Amino acid sequence: MNLTLKVWRQDGPDAAGALESHTLENVNKNSSFLEMMDLLNEKIMLDGKDAIEFESDCREGICGTCCLVINGQPHGKSLGVATCQVYMRDFKDGDTITIEPWRAKPFPVIKDLVVDRSAFDRIQAAGGYISVSTGPHPDGNAIKIPKDVSDVAFDHAACIGCGACVAACPNASASLFTSAKISQLALLPQGKSERSRRVKRMVEQMDDEGFGNCSNIGECSAACPKKIPLTSIARMKREYLRAVVSPFDAS
Amino acid sequence: MTVLDSKIPDGPVQGKWDRHKQDIKVVSPANKRNFKVLVVGTGLAGASAAASLAELGYNVTAFCIHDSPRRAHSIAAQGGINSTKNYPNDGDSVWRLFYDTVKGGDFRSREANVYRLAQLSSNIIDQAVAQGVPFAREYGGELANRSFGGALVSRTFYARGQTGQQLLLGAYGALMRQVDTGKVTLMPRREMMDLVVVDGQARGITCRNLVTGDIESHTGDAVIVASGGYGRVYFLSTNAWNSNSSAAWRAHRKGAFMANPCYVQIHPTCIPVNGEQQSKLTLMSESLRNDGRVWVPSERQNDLSNAHNVPREKRDYYLERRYPSFGNLVPRDVASRNGKMMTDRDLGVGPEPDRLAVFLDFRDRIEELGKHVIEERYGNLFDIYHEITAEDPYSVPMRIYPAVHYTMGGLWVDYDLMSTIPGLFVLGEANFSDHGANRLGASALMQGLCDGYFVIPYTLGNYLGRVELKPVTGEEDEFRESRSDVNKRIDEILDKSGKRAKSKTRHTVLQLYRELGLTMWDHVGMARNEEGLKYALEKIPELREKFWDTVIVPGSPSTFNKTLELGLRVADFFELGELMARDALTREESAGGHFRDEYQTEEGEALRDDENFSYVAAWEWNGEGKAQTLHKEDLVFENVKLTQRSYK
Ligand SMILES: Cc1cc2nc3c(=O)[nH]c(=O)nc-3n(C[C@H](O)[C@H](O)[C@H](O)COP(=O)(O)OP(=O)(O)OC[C@H]3O[C@@H](n4cnc5c(N)ncnc54)[C@H](O)[C@@H]3O)c2cc1C
Repeated sequence: MNLTLKVWRQDGPDAAGALESHTLENVNKNSSFLEMMDLLNEKIMLDGKDAIEFESDCREGICGTCCLVINGQPHGKSLGVATCQVYMRDFKDGDTITIEPWRAKPFPVIKDLVVDRSAFDRIQAAGGYISVSTGPHPDGNAIKIPKDVSDVAFDHAACIGCGACVAACPNASASLFTSAKISQLALLPQGKSERSRRVKRMVEQMDDEGFGNCSNIGECSAACPKKIPLTSIARMKREYLRAVVSPFDAS
Repeated sequence: MTVLDSKIPDGPVQGKWDRHKQDIKVVSPANKRNFKVLVVGTGLAGASAAASLAELGYNVTAFCIHDSPRRAHSIAAQGGINSTKNYPNDGDSVWRLFYDTVKGGDFRSREANVYRLAQLSSNIIDQAVAQGVPFAREYGGELANRSFGGALVSRTFYARGQTGQQLLLGAYGALMRQVDTGKVTLMPRREMMDLVVVDGQARGITCRNLVTGDIESHTGDAVIVASGGYGRVYFLSTNAWNSNSSAAWRAHRKGAFMANPCYVQIHPTCIPVNGEQQSKLTLMSESLRNDGRVWVPSERQNDLSNAHNVPREKRDYYLERRYPSFGNLVPRDVASRNGKMMTDRDLGVGPEPDRLAVFLDFRDRIEELGKHVIEERYGNLFDIYHEITAEDPYSVPMRIYPAVHYTMGGLWVDYDLMSTIPGLFVLGEANFSDHGANRLGASALMQGLCDGYFVIPYTLGNYLGRVELKPVTGEEDEFRESRSDVNKRIDEILDKSGKRAKSKTRHTVLQLYRELGLTMWDHVGMARNEEGLKYALEKIPELREKFWDTVIVPGSPSTFNKTLELGLRVADFFELGELMARDALTREESAGGHFRDEYQTEEGEALRDDENFSYVAAWEWNGEGKAQTLHKEDLVFENVKLTQRSYK
């Protein structure tokens, strides 16, 4: 198939960016979207120009590296997929496709379609873990966790940290990302002893990074490649309230 | 005379690690903070090592090429992690895992290392559970298990089809906790371009900042490389786009021996290649073989649109037929080779014209257990398959074919995981240590975490506590030279001199990379022979020359530049690929994943030659344009009897 591609080009965080138009022929409909991007770059480089910068790694939807806004939607229009899981058979011959980076103040553009998501690492460092060191621990089966609890914890643990939630949110809120970790750890018995400290510190860090507030619009969950449920944010708010009202975790 | 000393402790294999720990030099807690350790890579091996060492008090700087440690390729591991917990009470034990692993590796690994791995495997599960890793559970709340290839017990722990993700997020959490305490300095988007050796000791690395292009020196008292495997030398593989061999290869060029580079794992169940624009292959986890049955039509069939309804008597369940005891759960090398045997006989079911695929079929189990059970077990894998192929595996059999997946070879290390360069340690897939000529499923996660959580925290002290280290600043000649070498390489690939601009034919990095990959796959792939390997040894240097004469790498050295990153990594693959072919040619036997057409049994199984090849091949770099020297570490088997591997 033949396509017209409008791609965001930007030299650095402070440079002005603009959409640049390209045409691309002979795209195989079984190719992935990123393979189409590879093909476009091949053409651009053979024409003697600089390649478009974009990122990807596992190319199977689990590492969270790829992050393109395709026709205005983070990871494109299909639900529950990352950019690397978008296939060209979802497009028609002759289509025009607009490709842009995640747009949010806490995710400055590094170059073209590549953004800096290190804010997520800092939120994680503020308590997105259970404080245990390497060493002997009780036998794995010493703590019994009912299957349904473990399953729900898993649904939140599935977050790949791609940031589509932020890119989709009109307020650029990171609530879905932050709440996914908080929910996973609050649900598990191992995570209970530091749940107050965790939620307070992580939420504070999230605010410090300049992410916006959640106003319950739900775009985040709709854009999430792992379909992290909105109830996650509700749980975070509850956890936060609980931490403020009764800050002792010993219970 | 060999220069290799594996430093395996004396005495019975069961007690080696405990005794060694008693003999090991311990660095006092107060002294640990005087040491700085550089950890390259933050996958399971690197993240677990960095976190554990920081907990002990060492100052750690952790580097990765990704924007975040959480994106390391370990994240993609699907199926599970082995451990000898014996929760199902089906007779598992340390001994059994040890034996299965040595046998699975076709008797080409070190007994002592494998035994230690099996012993420590149970701690890993406890560690991960304590961190909140949401492993699959039974209704009663206990941990669930499943089976993987090459084993007759259920010892694999899993977290849906995302075991690697969950284990890595556990290790990443531990790492970020230490970042929070200030004991770990995180250096994401940094690529190790060179190892710096001062007075014969590994004392630092030269990095490229992948955002600004700055060439930086980092000094330390020890360097740990945990940069993953080199499967991407084949271009198409299940490995991530950025996986590379460069950190290990550059260390090799500085004196670290490269061991068994020809041992590559080709995984039997991957989604077949579809079209020439394909950039990577997707694995369908081995766990699927718990319930899926592998077959091809007994006779070639032209129309396969109705495969689901082919009657039982017209199907050849060739793994069940040939290996009644292990059936569909034979080890990967055996399953891959059998698949190839079927497509070689023109029984394949893949896309025309080559038809390179076999069926993996869930019909019987869906009938027996119901669709919801299969969905619960493998839902996300079925979804991935559906997304990529647009075929629904609940109603038609999956089509699968072998693909490059894992590299058992890697930098040579001793029992302490130290390379031939003092102070350079190598962990995870980047080392060669535990899997011999073939790795069993669910054992890589185990090994990476074992190295990082439970081995290096002890063995590092055994080095730092014994040696004398003079202070380094990063301005010594060795550091300067290293920076200047790296800059030269970058100038050359960017064609600063303008020499390449004049050449009429130019190629992109990907064009040349695909060509290398195809050569590797055709001649250093699933089946190898003398003629093909000799051809590869001529062809690869030609391609390398073509690369340096015609490659296009546009853009600036001082900005984010993916083409530059990839170009430099591919340049290293050309050198590594050649060594792999040489190693494969030298090993005149078949063992595990290394299958030489000339050496096979009448039934087409790998035929080892224990008398002449029961050794680890460790290659020493001799300088540009010179052939490497082969050193041999003889493998001594005191506990298992070497037999022809049988899974019948
Ligand atoms: C699709 C897939 C599924 C798998 N499933 C399983 C499974 O179910 N069970 C199992 O046991 N094994 C599985 N494996 C194998 C297993 O995942 C890997 O062997 C293992 O995770 C490797 O871990 P590692 O820490 O050694 O390396 P990686 O996770 O690859 O990490 C490498 C690290 O090094 C960094 N790095 C690389 N080069 C440089 C450089 N030059 N400079 C600085 N940093 C660098 C990277 O940024 C990264 O942080 C699977 C593999 C694949 C590909």
